[in-house]
Amino acid sequence: MPNMSPVKTPMPEQEPNVRNKNFEEVALGYTDEMAAEEAKRCLNCKNKPCVSGCPVGVRIPEFIQRVAEGDMEGAYQIIKTTNSLPAVCGRVCPQESQCEQKCVRGIKGEPVGIGRLERYVADWHMKHGAPEKFDVKPNGHKVAVIGAGPAGLTCAGDLAAMGYSVTVYEALHTAGGVLMYGIPQFRLPKEIVQKEIDALKEKGVKIETDMVMGKVLSVDELFEMGFEAVFIGTGAGLPNFMNIPGEGLIGTYSANEFLTRVNLMKAYLDEYDTPIIRPKNVAVVGGGNVAMDAARTAKRLGAENVYIIYRRAEEQMPARKEEIHHAKEEGIIFKLLCNPVAIHGDDDGRVKAIECVEMELGEPDASGRRRPIAKEGSNFEIPVDSVVMAIGNSPNPLIRSTTEGLEANSHGCIVVDDATMATTREGVYAAGDAVSGAATVILAMGGGKEAARSIDEYIQSKHSK
Amino acid sequence: MFKIVEKRILNDSMTLMAVEAPYIAKKAKAGQFIILRVNEFGERIPLTVADYDREKGTVTIIYQKVGKTTLMLDQLNEGDAILDFIGPLGKATELEGYKNVAVVGGGAGCAIAYPQAKALHGMGAKVDMIAGFRSKDIIILEEEMKAVSDRLIITTDDGSNGNKGFVTDALRKCIEEGAKYDLVIAIGPLVMMRAICNLTKEYNIKTLISMNPIMIDGTGMCGGCRLTVGGKTKFACVDGPDFDGHEVDFDEAIKRSKTYFDLEKEATREYNCRLMEGAKNA
Repeated sequence: MPNMSPVKTPMPEQEPNVRNKNFEEVALGYTDEMAAEEAKRCLNCKNKPCVSGCPVGVRIPEFIQRVAEGDMEGAYQIIKTTNSLPAVCGRVCPQESQCEQKCVRGIKGEPVGIGRLERYVADWHMKHGAPEKFDVKPNGHKVAVIGAGPAGLTCAGDLAAMGYSVTVYEALHTAGGVLMYGIPQFRLPKEIVQKEIDALKEKGVKIETDMVMGKVLSVDELFEMGFEAVFIGTGAGLPNFMNIPGEGLIGTYSANEFLTRVNLMKAYLDEYDTPIIRPKNVAVVGGGNVAMDAARTAKRLGAENVYIIYRRAEEQMPARKEEIHHAKEEGIIFKLLCNPVAIHGDDDGRVKAIECVEMELGEPDASGRRRPIAKEGSNFEIPVDSVVMAIGNSPNPLIRSTTEGLEANSHGCIVVDDATMATTREGVYAAGDAVSGAATVILAMGGGKEAARSIDEYIQSKHSK
Repeated sequence: MFKIVEKRILNDSMTLMAVEAPYIAKKAKAGQFIILRVNEFGERIPLTVADYDREKGTVTIIYQKVGKTTLMLDQLNEGDAILDFIGPLGKATELEGYKNVAVVGGGAGCAIAYPQAKALHGMGAKVDMIAGFRSKDIIILEEEMKAVSDRLIITTDDGSNGNKGFVTDALRKCIEEGAKYDLVIAIGPLVMMRAICNLTKEYNIKTLISMNPIMIDGTGMCGGCRLTVGGKTKFACVDGPDFDGHEVDFDEAIKRSKTYFDLEKEATREYNCRLMEGAKNA
């Protein structure tokens, strides 16, 4: 008998006033009983609308049936056939706008908690699962992957499973990309990301860190080294600023810098040398997931007042509902319909206030969202000692500026064939934020997967001639 | 891991290290930099490439012991290894086409100015090298600098080498005496580079400076190294580290360089205490 409860089985969380002082994971995950209960809410529909909402096509009803039957390892193996990073996706995917949005149960009540179940299965496997065995026969072909983020790791994993010898080149000292430097520990524990990366290494994927491609080696040199195809997954790592006065003041950070200092460089732990300003009052500018991450991180570093400053209304915020909800619970103050016009500093050049102007919503713009317009004379100041700019990122030009024949659009995004992820240069494929501009982990993974398939076809067809 | 193949003490506070990094050695050019991290808990710090040997696959750095990270680096010896060593980063200095150049170095900056002088000299330009130090006993690379310049002028703040004054005084004298420079390269502390730029502005001589701000990744990702150049925001790591000195907002850069001043001082003090404890117990 299916469980006909109209609401999802709740997932336990740390209390808001406890968790906003630590970096432990906020959501604690389902117990075995909770998972079984939630799995029984799935109706196992014949036409599987949820699967069509998943960028990597996880066989959702199948794995959920296994959970309901108590066969967790079986469930894991089903997920693993299409998703190489289930523990990550179960935590950071925007399920509400993907698989869960298509769920039939969502028509009358809440959809099945697909993300929560995916996380449960992945965590179960990490704890109880037998180490995976790989006996893929090497096919003798070499592929290079640039960037060890979600797109690159997915592409590398899929190619390795097909027998390719894959080397991943990463600019930072740690593989993982945004999963390591961007998304905070309390949302995605780094130990989990590391386990997924270690599993890839077990599969035979070589990961070379400290390699800034485009500088230390060019794409041309990779071909000379015997790689038959190159995948570019360099992400969107260049932080945007507003170009308002005061962005050079001490205490103004890009969200990238602020989050990298805390997540990758572990400034929140005493044993690490990384310095960071621990502000009392912080303004975070932006309305996306990165803004929520930065605000909640600032709170955990001990800030008393953390403001989110966003120029539109809450309904227009690009952040996931769950993240907005969590931020509010943790005491983040939302200053909506406000736009910064200047940051003011003291004589030493340290931030002391942010000046904003009130906004109102006008006609819809190109994005379909109502355009914010400044209300004249409504300027006001908020005293803060730090400002974090979380208003988006652009793709990094290092690779495209050093690779001949690689076309990019006016935003600096690499141009690819939508179906094959092939760039304008033969043998070079690209996906993820480097192609789309800043988007989600799962879309990057979907692109990496597609590219792996195309790379395989490309190399196989070259050799069958 | 990157092995240290040579360690040479230049003076009380400055040390040279040649590090095995074949990929970087193959590509490095004058003006570029590397980022290193001594151990898992350490910071990432940028250091300019002082020299490289493409055959041996080594990259030379020169560091001044100013804070915890450089003190930690200094604990390593030949045969030891540095955990992370990343580069070559930034753009190489564009030296093509200059005929008559003054290369000005201040203190540790001489270590970075020297390869520029060497490159220019090798390209056939006439090079005047002006090097400033606090006093005579901390002068470094004197022979090396002499070998790559037509004229080497060394000044000391305290006059202990017989030539008291600042590098600005020496440069002004050279210009007043008729040197017709088509380029001045100034590398050293921010206040020194600002003083040189103020001087060369008077004479309308193009001046290149090398910025070394706080940064994390060195690839354009964090934006921590941003500075204002000609009214626009630039990232030292990817747009520089060289900039037209007449366009740089030095006041802002000097303030930004002090972002973590107190934290750094405390970390250095603590580390020095621990080193002394260690020495006592040894």
